[in-house]
Formats: sequence, C-alpha cells, structure tokens
Amino acid sequence: MSLANVWNVGTEHYLALSLLLFGIGLFGVINRRNLITILMSIELMLNAVNLNLVAFSYQRGDLLGQVFTVFTITVAAGEAAVGLGILLAMFRLRQTTRVDSAQELEG
Amino acid sequence: MRDLLWLVPLLPLLGVLANGLLVGRRASEKTVAWIACGSSGAAAVLALGVIADYLRSMSPRPFDLHLWDWMSPGALPTGGGGGGPVNLSIGFGLLLDPLSVVMLFVVTFVGFWIHLYSVGYMAGEPGFRRYFTYLNLFLVAMLVLVLGDGYASMFLGWEGVGLCSYLLIGFYFDRESAADAGRKAFIVNRIGDFALLAGLFALAGRFGTLQFAEIGSQIAASAEALRAPYVLGLSFAGFVALCLFLGATGKSAQIPLYIWLPDAMAGPTPVSALIHAATMVTAGVYLVVRSNAIFQLAPGISALVAWVGAATALVAAGFALVQTDLKKVLAYSTISQLGYMFLAAGLGAYAAAIFHLATHAFFKALLFLAAGAVIHALGGEQDLRRMGGLWTRLPRTARAFGIGALAIAGILPFAGFWSKDAILSAAAASGSSGHWILYAIGLTTAGLTAFYMFRAFALAFLGSFRGDPKSEHHLHEAPWTMALPLFVLAVGAVAAGWLGIPEALGGENRFGRFLEPVVVKFSGRAPAEHSGLSQAAEIGGMALALALAVAAILLALRIYRAGPERGAAIARRFPRLHSVLANKAWVDEIYDATIVRGTWGLSRLAAKFDAGAIDRGLVEGAGRLTVFGAWISGLFDRHVVDGLVNFSAWLLDRFSRSLRRVQTGAVSNYAFALALSAFVLVCLYAVWR
Repeated sequence: MSLANVWNVGTEHYLALSLLLFGIGLFGVINRRNLITILMSIELMLNAVNLNLVAFSYQRGDLLGQVFTVFTITVAAGEAAVGLGILLAMFRLRQTTRVDSAQELEG
Repeated sequence: MRDLLWLVPLLPLLGVLANGLLVGRRASEKTVAWIACGSSGAAAVLALGVIADYLRSMSPRPFDLHLWDWMSPGALPTGGGGGGPVNLSIGFGLLLDPLSVVMLFVVTFVGFWIHLYSVGYMAGEPGFRRYFTYLNLFLVAMLVLVLGDGYASMFLGWEGVGLCSYLLIGFYFDRESAADAGRKAFIVNRIGDFALLAGLFALAGRFGTLQFAEIGSQIAASAEALRAPYVLGLSFAGFVALCLFLGATGKSAQIPLYIWLPDAMAGPTPVSALIHAATMVTAGVYLVVRSNAIFQLAPGISALVAWVGAATALVAAGFALVQTDLKKVLAYSTISQLGYMFLAAGLGAYAAAIFHLATHAFFKALLFLAAGAVIHALGGEQDLRRMGGLWTRLPRTARAFGIGALAIAGILPFAGFWSKDAILSAAAASGSSGHWILYAIGLTTAGLTAFYMFRAFALAFLGSFRGDPKSEHHLHEAPWTMALPLFVLAVGAVAAGWLGIPEALGGENRFGRFLEPVVVKFSGRAPAEHSGLSQAAEIGGMALALALAVAAILLALRIYRAGPERGAAIARRFPRLHSVLANKAWVDEIYDATIVRGTWGLSRLAAKFDAGAIDRGLVEGAGRLTVFGAWISGLFDRHVVDGLVNFSAWLLDRFSRSLRRVQTGAVSNYAFALALSAFVLVCLYAVWR
C-alpha cells in the first residue's frame, strides 16, 4: 500500500501543486526586484515543470518523462550558474542586485 | 611654237611659286628681281614668238589649245532654256585669235617693262618679295583672263586679277587709307561681279557651255530666238548683255561703279600703271568686245554702254581738271579714257575700242611710270602744288611724261591721236539716235583731256620748284631699270597708233582689218565698223579734234606755266562748279549715305533681329521654357515625391513614438508580457483547437 493510495493522490493533485508552484515562481519573477529572488523564483518555475513531467510520467507509466526531468535539472544547474554569473557581473558594475536599477534599454 | 602657248601663263606662275614659296625670307632683292623679271620677260618673249607664229600662218582662224575638261557633260545637270535639262560642259583652254593676240601682246609687253621698272622703284622697300610675288600672280591671272577660251576660264582670271588688285592696292597695309582703298576696290568689284556671274549663269543655262566658240556658233544659229522677250522686258541677249556690262562697269571703273579706282592709287605707282591703267581695268572692254555677238543682238544695251561710256568719259575728265594729286589726275584720266573705249564698244566700233585700249595701255603706263619717277625723285611727294620746275632737273622723266601727255591729248603723230580719232569718227558715223551728242561729248572730253594733262605737266615740270627746299637737293634721275621702261613705252606711245592709220589718211587701218574676224557679222546688217563718212568729213573731224587739243594745251600751259595761282583764281570765279568738281560731285558721300549706311542699317536691323527675335525670343525663350518646366518638375518632386517619402517617415515616426513606451527597460515588465502572452496563446489554443 503506497502513500498515494492512502491519500488517494491522483495526477490532478500533482498538476494543481505544479500550477501553484509555477504561479508562485511567475509572481516572484514579475514582482520581485532582487535578482537573487528572481533566480530562485525561476528555479521554482523549473521545478514546477519537473513536477508536471514526473506526474505525467507516473500516470502514463512511461519513464521518459523522468529521464527528461533529470536533464532539466542538469540544465537548471547550468542556468543557475549563468544566472549567478550575470548577478555577480551586475553587482560588480552597480554595487546592487536590484533589477530596476538596470533600465538602459528603455525606449 | 604656238603649241607652247600654255607656257606663257605658266612661266609667271613658276615665278610666283619660286618667289612666294621657295626663295625664303632672306632672299636678296637681286634674286627676287631676277626671278620675277626673268619669268615675266621669258613669258613676254615666248608670247612674242607665239604671236609671230600665229601671224605668219595665213589663216586667221582662232587657235584653241584645249588643256583639260573642267566640268564634263553629265556632271552637273542644269535647267535648259528650252525646258529640258542640258548638260553643262566647260573646258579649260587657251584661245589665240586676233583679239587675244592684241591683249596677250599688251599684257606681256607692258607687264614685263613694269616689272623691270618696279625693281628700281621698289628697291629697299620692305615687302619687296611680296610685291613681286603679287605682281607675277597678277600677270598669271591677267593672262588667263585674256587667253581663256571660255567665260569660265575668263572668269577665273577675272577674279584672280581682282584679288591681286586688292592685294596690291593694300600693299602698304599698315596705312589705314591703303587698306580701306583695297577693301573698297574689292567690294565695289563684287557688285559688278555679281551681275557678271548672273549673266554667265544665264549663258550656261541657255547653251549648256561657256566656251566662246560653241556659244558663238549657237548664237549665230539662233540669233532671232535670242531677241525674243526674256525677263524684265529684256530679250535674252539684252539680259546677258546688261549683266556682262554691269560686270564690266565694276572692273573697268565706269559709272556707277568707278569710285574705287581713284582710291586704288594708294598702291605703289607701278601697280597703278600696270593694273589700274594698262591691263586689268581694260578687262571690261575686253569682255564687251569678246561678247560682241550678244551686244549686237541687244541694240538697247549697246546704246546704254555707249551713253554710260560717254558720260563717264566727260565726268571723269571734269574731275581730273581740279585734282591736285598727280596720281589722282591720272586715275580720273584712266576712267575717262576707259569711258572712251566703252563709247566705241557701245557704238559697235569694237576694233576702235581695242585699238584705243592698246594705245592707252602704252601711253597711260608711260604717264604713270613717269609720274612714279617724279614721286620717287621727290621722296614720295604727290601734290602738284608742291612740284614745279622739274623739266631741267629730271629731263628724261619730263620728256617721257611730255610724250605720254601728247599721246593722250591726241596730237597728230602720237598713238592717242589715231585711236581717239577712230572712236570719234565711229561716233560721228554711227546711225544710232543721238550720236551727234555722243560725238560732241567725245570731242569735249578730248579737249578736257588735253587741258588737264597739260595742266598737270605744267604744274609738275614748268615754273619754279615749289616743294621743300631740302628735298630739292635730293632730286635725282631714276636708275636705268626705271629709265629703260620709260624709253620703251615712250616709243610705244609714239608709234603704237601707226598700226591703225585710217584709210582716209592713206593708211590701211591694219589694226581694224586684223580684228575684223573677231566681230561677228549677222546677215542683213551693215557692220558698224566701216565709217560711212566721206573722206573729207573724216579729215575735217580730225582737224577739228586736233585744233581743239592744241588750243586746250596752249590754254593749260598759259594758265599753269607759273604755278597753280592763276588756276586757283579762275576757280574762285566759278565757286559752285569748282566745288562740284573738287568734291567729285559728292558721289562717294552719296554712296556712303545711301548704300554704305543702308547696308549698315540693314546689318544693324539684322543684328537686332538676331539679338531680339532669335537670341532673346527663340533661344532665351527655349531657355525660359525649360526653366519653367524644370520649376514645375521641381515642385512635383518636392511636394509629391518627397511628400510621400516624408509622409511615410512621419507615419513611422508617429507609430514609433507610441511603441517606444512598450520598451520600458524593466525586465519584470517583459517577463510579465511574456507570461501574459503565453497565457493568451494557450487560451486561444484552448478555444480554437
């Protein structure tokens, strides 16, 4: 008897959680001014997607989704590295990590 | 020998080439003189040989040396008088007949002696070589004129002598008066030559040829047709005769075109002797006599020729009475004597005209050369009032001038007497109306001629010297090159008339007989040549003319022996007549006021038309039109084309100004837009799946 059976957790619940996580991440990306927070929100959104993939993988009994998730995590690591690099460069340039300080591309 | 006729004009031409092109700028005067005199002398000797050969052969038939075809048939279609096209055929050749023999002799003989005279006269002048080149060229042209076997070759020479005349009148081209005189001669001659050309075109159109022989035979064949009305109320013969005569008035200085000859005295004196007295100016007389068949068919024009000749003779003699310039006296005298020749030619006494032409060539050349010697001795002085008393100082020149003056005055044994008498008796004997008036004019002119010639003689050679005392010491006789021609021509002036002693005085009139074949005889008409006067009347006429001449000479000597004062006193008693004569009847001024100023006015009008209508109207109008068109085109370009371009730019600018607000630069906005777009797309996908 698995835990899932106890709570009778189905794909819908995973998807709902994933949507919640993605929504929180999206909100963070849009609303937060701190670049670190934004990076973390992005991680959150990626993981929401991963959760989605794993959920569908479980529902369909297909491991392909989980394999894809592993790849996504790897890419997320790379993304974090690049993002932190940008963050560092920005901080060196402006002594701040607030994104609203970087608006040179305003038209 | 006569086959060598072509060499006669060629020799002086070689002289022209040698002097003009070969010897170069640094050639000595001696070289130039030898070439010029040698070539003209050789031509003269050769001409004598040719003439002797021609005279020895018994037949008086013309000898036509055809050299080449100038325009061959078919080359130039012309509208024939009969309506159909005819082919123009013109040859270039030399003709030897009694008329051209006389002219050939006069031209080469007088021409050579004047060449020789020029050597002395022109010595030391700058332009010595140029002078002799022109003089030889003149000889070539004059020989082509008198020897040409058709009107075309004659016209070639006619224009050639005109050119040389222009060049030699303007020889001292650094003097404005000489340059003006050359131009005047050239332009006045153009007027006559225009008429001459019109006549030649008429002949060429009618007969399809310009050869004397062919035209002569065609005229003989169609004499009556040529008298039918043609244009302007004239017959064809009358029209052509009028044209030829107008050409002759230009070249031979007759009224109304005589005005250039007095001015032509600006040239060197030997040129005046050769071109403007002895040879070129007689070309008009030659032309009329050469065309005597046409003139005989046009009695009205012939009468005109006679009257114009008589009027010119009288008027020019009147002008000569009061001239104070020695050369001008001789110039008017030449015009007057040429008038005599036309008087004879117009009356049909063609032989008499040529006879006077030949004798005149001798004594007028002599007079000019003697005058040249006087001027030379006086260092360029030409004013009769500043001469005088030269008889003892320049004895040879004075005697030569005296012989020439006696000859032109018509004193018995001298040349002028015989030829003048031939003309006067022709005037008396001619049957034309008013011939007694012509005779009276001729007789009066003879008296005037004797008077003005001895007036000049007395003023120059008698009395006491009135010139600059300093120049009196420089007086010297001319060198032998100038004296010898004077002597030879003086012999000619005495003896040339003996060839034509009329029958009335027991002579044979050999000259008239010799020229008889030249004058065309139409059947049924009495030749005018044979005088209808009785022997007594003819001798009476001679005696009258002689008496008049002697009286005039004595009167002139009486008045002017001591100087010009008594003449001036007489002039003061007739102020009006004197002023008319001294001002040459204001003919120059009248021509200047009417024709010259008229031409100027017309030219100015044409210039105004050119500047106003053509330049300003057409050219500038086209320019303005183009500018206006360009302005319109510019407007369209600026407003329509540029407007479209600018409008699209403006539109883009407007849009961009609104769109730029989207570009906030804040990453979060972009992220929001991204998310929103994704959401919308997904929604759309969900709805329209």
